[in-house]
Amino acid sequence: MDKIRAILDQFGKLKVPASSLAPDADLYDAGLTSFASVQLMLGLEEAFDVEFPESMLNRKTFSSIAAINRAIGEITRAAA
Amino acid sequence: MANAPARVAHLQTPRQRLESVIQIARAHASEVDCENRFPAETFEALKRARLLGVMIPAQYGGDSLSLADIVDMCGALGQACASSAMIFAMHQIKVSSLVTHGTESAWHIDFMKRVAAEQLLLGSATTEGGIGGDLRSSICAIERDGAIFRLVKEANVISYGRQSDAILITARSHSGAASSDQVMAVVLRDQYALEKTIDWDTLGMRGTCSEGFRFTCEAPAEQIFPHPFAEIAAQSMLAMAHLMWGGVWFGIAADAVARAQAYLRAEARKRPGEKPPGAIRLAETVGVLQEMKSVIVSGISAYERAKLRDEELSSVGFSVAMNNVKVTTSQAAADIVRDVLLINGIYGYRNDSPYSVARHMRDALSAAIMINNDRILGNTSNLLLVSKFDTSLVA
Ligand SMILES: Cc1cc2nc3c(=O)[nH]c(=O)nc-3n(C[C@H](O)[C@H](O)[C@H](O)COP(=O)(O)OP(=O)(O)OC[C@H]3O[C@@H](n4cnc5c(N)ncnc54)[C@H](O)[C@@H]3O)c2cc1C
Repeated sequence: MDKIRAILDQFGKLKVPASSLAPDADLYDAGLTSFASVQLMLGLEEAFDVEFPESMLNRKTFSSIAAINRAIGEITRAAA
Repeated sequence: MANAPARVAHLQTPRQRLESVIQIARAHASEVDCENRFPAETFEALKRARLLGVMIPAQYGGDSLSLADIVDMCGALGQACASSAMIFAMHQIKVSSLVTHGTESAWHIDFMKRVAAEQLLLGSATTEGGIGGDLRSSICAIERDGAIFRLVKEANVISYGRQSDAILITARSHSGAASSDQVMAVVLRDQYALEKTIDWDTLGMRGTCSEGFRFTCEAPAEQIFPHPFAEIAAQSMLAMAHLMWGGVWFGIAADAVARAQAYLRAEARKRPGEKPPGAIRLAETVGVLQEMKSVIVSGISAYERAKLRDEELSSVGFSVAMNNVKVTTSQAAADIVRDVLLINGIYGYRNDSPYSVARHMRDALSAAIMINNDRILGNTSNLLLVSKFDTSLVA
């Protein structure tokens, strides 16, 4: 989750530091735009060496730190 | 006898009721354009035919019409008067926000009933000075004071602002909120003041009277939609807007093509046995019109499918598809009218000929800048960094 927070700070363009956000805090309320969510996704793909499948490319997947963590978990499990 | 017209109105389908409105819109289209004025006759007729609440569920007094039915009406009206059709479309887009996101709040349900019963006309104030066409970002913020809220917005473009009975307006949810943390509120005519800041003297779509205003209001907080505007935009507004606008632009293009056909037929009659030189170009243009129709019709079914699943509606792939509907139909409309201009020649170029497409050309050129295509392509190109095109050919 700390790794996700670091990438959020880099690409999410949030109005607060990611460390101040609870795992289930709404990232869109924190200022995540659809443009930034794509940049965030690319940052996550690079850092975790994963590729988000089309079925995960929706608002819900990137709605909170916990949701992102779940999604990455799912992708890595599916790949294993 | 006194209630005969009402009974007739009841027996006919909304699309049948639209026919008489179309005649009225056509009769006044040129005057509306020349005089830069609101198409009042069309809207009196729409209200008389009870067509402003058609999208509202029957249980609240409307006709429960589907998106496909509404888009078809936009296209039919667009063939007669593009400004009338665009106002009709913008109003229905606002109604669609109520229908999709207003059913969990007593105030919004009540308001929907009023729209149907009193045939209220709804305007939209998303565009803001300093932000432009970026719907998903606001500078102005809601200021809450107990059970009421206040808002001041530099609303640079509010179509038919002075004729609206209520305006749906976006703003940041509170003074400390991020620019994308927005809400939308319904504000009634007697709750806001409009101070005109910008005139509407434009190339086309002159009848929309899309003047700029400083919008100031005070209203009960319950008039703010309970869901964030992000959801309203993603789940209904963007798709509805692009498809209904596409319907209007299709109407402009279709009427231009009809004028080319009429012109060529008259030419062919004058010289029997000879094919007029523009005939080949018409064949090509009709192909583009058919493409445009397919994009709209398949866009509507994509929306109907996506509607069944929230995740699909807010997916990147669906956004890309709807953005493409907007960009391709707006380009096609202008391309088609320009081709008709070549076919009809000087008769198309004149303002006063029955084969004129001068107004069509001016109206169609608004499509590419109504949320600038470059802005939309910029967004789409970002989404395409991660999203793959759906290559399935099954509808
Ligand atoms: C007929 C008509 C009726 C309208 N009615 C209403 C209404 O009722 N209510 C309302 O709120 N609004 C209304 N609008 C305004 C509309 O919603 C847009 O705000 C308006 O068209 C300006 O948006 P824009 O993105 O083109 O322009 P701007 O945001 O002003 O952009 C200007 C320029 O910057 C460029 N640009 C800006 N941002 C980007 C980007 N991210 N990527 C690429 N290029 C960019 C564009 O190329 C464009 O040339 C209406 C517009 C029209 C034409």
